[in-house]
Amino acid sequence: MFAETALNVRDKKVQGLFRLIFGMMTVLLIIPVLVIMGMLIYKGGSVISIDFLFTAPTDGMTAGGIFPALFGTVWLVAVALLISVPIGIAAAIYLSEYASDSWFTRIINLAIINLAGVPSIVHALFGVGAFVVFFGFGTSILAASLTLAIMTLPVVIVSTRESLQAVPQAFREACWAMGATRWQTIRRVVLPNSVTGILTGVILEVSRTTGETAPIMFTGAVFFTPLLPQSVFDQTMAMSLHLFVVATQVPGVPEELPFGVALVLIGMVLAMNSVSIALRMYLRGRKKW
Amino acid sequence: MNHPVTTDFDRRDRDWYMDKLVQLVVFVSGISAIVFVIGIFVFVTKEGMGFIFNTMDPVEFFTSQYWEPSDEDAPEYGILALIAGTASVTGLALLVSIPFSLGAAIFIGEFATGKSREFLKILVELLAAIPSVVWGFIGLTIMNPIIIDVFDVPVGLSVLNAGIILGLMTAPIMTSIAEDALKAVPDRYREAAEAMGATRWQVIFKVVLPAAKNGLLGAVLLGVGRGFGETMAVLLATGHSVNIPHSIFDPVRALTATIAAELGETAVGSDHYQALFTIGIFLFAITFIINLTADLVVRGVRNG
Repeated sequence: MFAETALNVRDKKVQGLFRLIFGMMTVLLIIPVLVIMGMLIYKGGSVISIDFLFTAPTDGMTAGGIFPALFGTVWLVAVALLISVPIGIAAAIYLSEYASDSWFTRIINLAIINLAGVPSIVHALFGVGAFVVFFGFGTSILAASLTLAIMTLPVVIVSTRESLQAVPQAFREACWAMGATRWQTIRRVVLPNSVTGILTGVILEVSRTTGETAPIMFTGAVFFTPLLPQSVFDQTMAMSLHLFVVATQVPGVPEELPFGVALVLIGMVLAMNSVSIALRMYLRGRKKW
Repeated sequence: MNHPVTTDFDRRDRDWYMDKLVQLVVFVSGISAIVFVIGIFVFVTKEGMGFIFNTMDPVEFFTSQYWEPSDEDAPEYGILALIAGTASVTGLALLVSIPFSLGAAIFIGEFATGKSREFLKILVELLAAIPSVVWGFIGLTIMNPIIIDVFDVPVGLSVLNAGIILGLMTAPIMTSIAEDALKAVPDRYREAAEAMGATRWQVIFKVVLPAAKNGLLGAVLLGVGRGFGETMAVLLATGHSVNIPHSIFDPVRALTATIAAELGETAVGSDHYQALFTIGIFLFAITFIINLTADLVVRGVRNG
């Protein structure tokens, strides 16, 4: 073995120092958030019960549960998905399977980046101007879900495109060589080989859509309504807006109630993200190519 | 013998038409993103246009610090204080998040290995998923009393509170984009440097960081855009009072939060309603420029 020179020793020390500094930065980034999560659980945990989840708010929203908000969020997310998933997957198929590397494709990509980057409140203004006023849907689940769908479309497009592109080109070529059309190739070879990847993207979108507040505030979600929505033209309560309302707009709310709402909301979002991550890891472990 | 030209190899069967139909459908979906971005611009502009052409005094709009749209006699539409609010909060947030997220990205990308790296990446991804209204709620209920206690100030809803919240919010996003940028640097660069006898930190500082420079800048720019456009968190954590801040303990109000707080109380088509849409146009324009710049910067590295 070589003897360690003074230079080697110094290098090792410097390297150890940098490792420590960057490691500390990572830890400092994560610890505060974990502490905050711990406080949320500590303060809100006692509120959560089956009753809390399945009854309506009572006494001017200072007591009772969150069922109408939960139910409304499910409606909003479901309708938004019905709109954005087909469009998003089709757009990803175009970008991955048809589009050439041209200025036109680049403009589409730029539009996707912009769609993801436009502030959520501007999406809300768009929803009001286009769906509530211009198309005359009024403040309704339909208007809110359309706004959410357009806002979260980039999530589906980007993740679907990635999983389509992960299918080896040789699979397609083999299929074309058998005389299959492009669409037959996509349907029989590309999509079956990427369906789990697409699903992870869709779950991520569900999670994003669940947490959004600004886009639905003026397009379809309301502070309080005693009625559960019957159709897409009704207004509804929603979890994210409900948290905002009980935290700021209602006087006399017991301190723990908003913590309970926040905990349920964050639990829903993180649970969905975890499922998406687990699915991705399962997929990677199973990959044959 | 003359064979007539036969067309028995006409491939236009049902599958052929199906193929063309699908091609059309996916193309239309593909350009939908462009249509929606243009749609956002058109509809937001359409609602705000009346104000821009009739009521607005462009100089006053950008230089007056008085935002009093509901004053019946002499409503004032000046967004200078709102711009100052957004800028101060975003600036402080970046001061928090840029060094930490770049440091974390370097640690995750270059130092951490195996299971711990996987674990950190998942954690960062989960942190990025926390909804903004929850962050705002955290600012309002958890950060607020902490700031009051620690700094002995009367109010804890301020530039400081919102800046920290926004910093914690944007850091995971910046971390994962920056980590992608580091991963995009080919391994052969590292191997070449190591073969020359460079140590790990020399490889990182002299080879990897310069090579990933543009990608990292792109990550920062996307973080700026994200912070700038954040709505619910700054609505809840800034204190929401129109004010040009003189210290980080002053409450401010952001552009986005103003729209969120006031749109519900305005009548469709009124001056106030149109003024809020005009702020929307301004926000749209700024984020458009930021995203365009980020794209150009990141592209630069691929072509160069």
